Amino acid sequence: MNGLRVSPSPHRNGGLSTTKIMAAVIIALLPAAVMGCVYFGLRAAAVLLVTIVSAVAFEALFNVVTKREQTISDLSAVVTGLLLGMNLPASVPFYIPIIGSFVAIVIIKQLFGGIGQNFANPAIAARIVLMVSFSSHMTNWVVPYWYRDASSAADAVTGATPLAAGWLENGSGMMVSPFTLKEMFLGATGGCIGETCALALIIGGLFLIITGVISPATPVAFIGAFGVFTLLYTGSLTVTVYQLLAGGLMIGAFFMATDYATTPLTTSGKVVFGIGCALITFVIRQFGSFPEGVSFSILLMNLLTPYIDRLCTTSPLGAKKPEKAKEAAK
Amino acid sequence: MKKLNGVRLSHDKWTKDCETACFPLPKQVILPMSQSMGAPCNCLVKAGDTVTVGQKIGETDAFMSVPIHSSVSGTVSSVVDYLLAGGSSCKAAVIDTDGEQTPDPAIVPPTVTDKASFIAAVKESGVAGLGGAGFPTHVKLSFDPSKTPIDTLVINAAECEPFITSDFRQMMEAPDDVIGGVQAVMKYLDIPTCKICIENNKPEAIALLKEKTADMKSVEIVTLPSSYPQGAEKVIIFSATGRIVAEGELPANQGVMVMNVSTAAFINRYLETGMPLTSRRITLDGDAIVKNKGNYFVPIGTRVSEILAYGGAENPQKVLYGGPMMGFPLYDTDQPILKTTNAILAFNDVKEPKTTACIRCGSCISVCPLNLMPVSIESAYKAKDVEALKRLKVTLCMNCGCCSYICPAHRPLAEINQLAKGLIPRPAPKK
Repeated sequence: MNGLRVSPSPHRNGGLSTTKIMAAVIIALLPAAVMGCVYFGLRAAAVLLVTIVSAVAFEALFNVVTKREQTISDLSAVVTGLLLGMNLPASVPFYIPIIGSFVAIVIIKQLFGGIGQNFANPAIAARIVLMVSFSSHMTNWVVPYWYRDASSAADAVTGATPLAAGWLENGSGMMVSPFTLKEMFLGATGGCIGETCALALIIGGLFLIITGVISPATPVAFIGAFGVFTLLYTGSLTVTVYQLLAGGLMIGAFFMATDYATTPLTTSGKVVFGIGCALITFVIRQFGSFPEGVSFSILLMNLLTPYIDRLCTTSPLGAKKPEKAKEAAK
Repeated sequence: MKKLNGVRLSHDKWTKDCETACFPLPKQVILPMSQSMGAPCNCLVKAGDTVTVGQKIGETDAFMSVPIHSSVSGTVSSVVDYLLAGGSSCKAAVIDTDGEQTPDPAIVPPTVTDKASFIAAVKESGVAGLGGAGFPTHVKLSFDPSKTPIDTLVINAAECEPFITSDFRQMMEAPDDVIGGVQAVMKYLDIPTCKICIENNKPEAIALLKEKTADMKSVEIVTLPSSYPQGAEKVIIFSATGRIVAEGELPANQGVMVMNVSTAAFINRYLETGMPLTSRRITLDGDAIVKNKGNYFVPIGTRVSEILAYGGAENPQKVLYGGPMMGFPLYDTDQPILKTTNAILAFNDVKEPKTTACIRCGSCISVCPLNLMPVSIESAYKAKDVEALKRLKVTLCMNCGCCSYICPAHRPLAEINQLAKGLIPRPAPKK
């Protein structure tokens, strides 16, 4: 009887794979992506398609050029492309998503060693590069399509996001928002394709938590701490809820601050990461010159991740500190 | 109660209703002189000698060692140098059976009156942890109550590995042996309480033992959640008593002794009959076993190839001593059944998924029962960073394999943990 296979235990595998995890993330992003297409029309779908196709193409091309094993089947490039597309306004010219995919896949991900090795979230880093390079295109917010018909003015197709519009005086001294909280919860506001519908993002995030793909620690710490900071500072529950639903907080907390490669490994590290993101977002939104700070907060915390990982380790069961271990040996 | 991390496995206990049958007597057995932890024995027989069942054929003066007994009656055909599946070598007696199975006439039940005679009897019985670890039982029993008083005997009947049902069949078929063994250990070692710990996927055994121990105040049947590795020593101690066996400590330091359920039952059989460990119950299963799946009493030394032939396995891809999580793969099916073999599993359908890049998902950390960080250990191992490996406490790893099992990138993390242990210099022996 020849040819027995000998390998170290365990001889069983749980059946998880990188491809399955990435597929779960894609499924979780779909509700928000579909809602983005509903609100912002076919143009939004076209932007998402261009971003995904170009991200996969750059990954495939890079692997061919550098003679590495082809990795597009792990679907991580699809996730990066989809996330980047969802972070763009629907009105961007098509060269912008292509440049964004190049930055995300080639510069941020592959040049630093490929999946699992990048120091920053590719989609976020690419978004920030695009924001700085093409700020007018990147802030040309489209208003959901049904507002266009109701408006008489020709330039009414674009408008401000809830955060950029801020609070307006309604003429009787009360500060009101241009959007209702219900509109914001359902996503009928200006903004990036995939960030406006808080409901769809929460559904997707819960799907990932229930399936065990992401730990609840990061989104709970991020959203919770941001809510607490805003409530303490403004003292208004309405403003706090408005702030929680506005901008990229939901997509950031559920989908970008939970990226495996660029966030801490342990639960305690994830909590620190989430609170750090919340603090930076809060400071930028309240005191900074940009209306939105989620991307910057996650990018900055990405850079701190190696340090958080060093400090937030698990404590092994029954482990003794070096001095104590020495004493015990005596 | 707080529970340690682990993984949920499919139980695959297909053979749980298979009553143990006697395996046909083989024509020849191979009895290696090293079948448990500790020093190998010197072979007491030579080619041409006739032996009887239960006759002692291997012994040393070393304390950390158990004697070897012949499992058959017949003639020693040769004494050879033998390479064990684990890579070490020792002498082995090859015995041709005469088919009579004549017991050694000198066998009588041992006279046990106190702790010393009990421990001596257990040593003479040739028993070593039957759960698979093979720690000499008499060494475990020889604790010093003035230094490490033991208040709880934990009987490990978790049987958390998939497929294996030999401990379960022990409890179902001979519950009185289990209880008798427990009572003997408690009596002679003066241990006041006992917890028999069974995973909740074996409700029949829990009910039966609860019924049998209903009038015993000092024996408690503990139902544990079915979570791998529930039967690992540190894990079952924590689950049963909430105590943590710290780094460098033995269970005795926490006042606990853990014993496998089949070991306890064997001790009772030995006290009643005086017949040493010459055969044991094994589970035969796996997708390559196409007939006669089940539980068998097999003479120790029976070649695995005979067992596979009995199960109809033709050219299996992988053959294991023990379960799929921690079992030991055989390179050659001529290897014999050892005292520590609780199952022979043979598989045709062996999936070995390709290893891909680590995505830092942290699953390995979240499943580790000891809260180790395999992902960090892997990078420290690659960097040969011994200080980091010490800080990460890789030496605590018990190789349960949860990290490798869960890893979506299919990285051999458990294997790397064992390799990493090798980089850490062993502390100088105590003077």
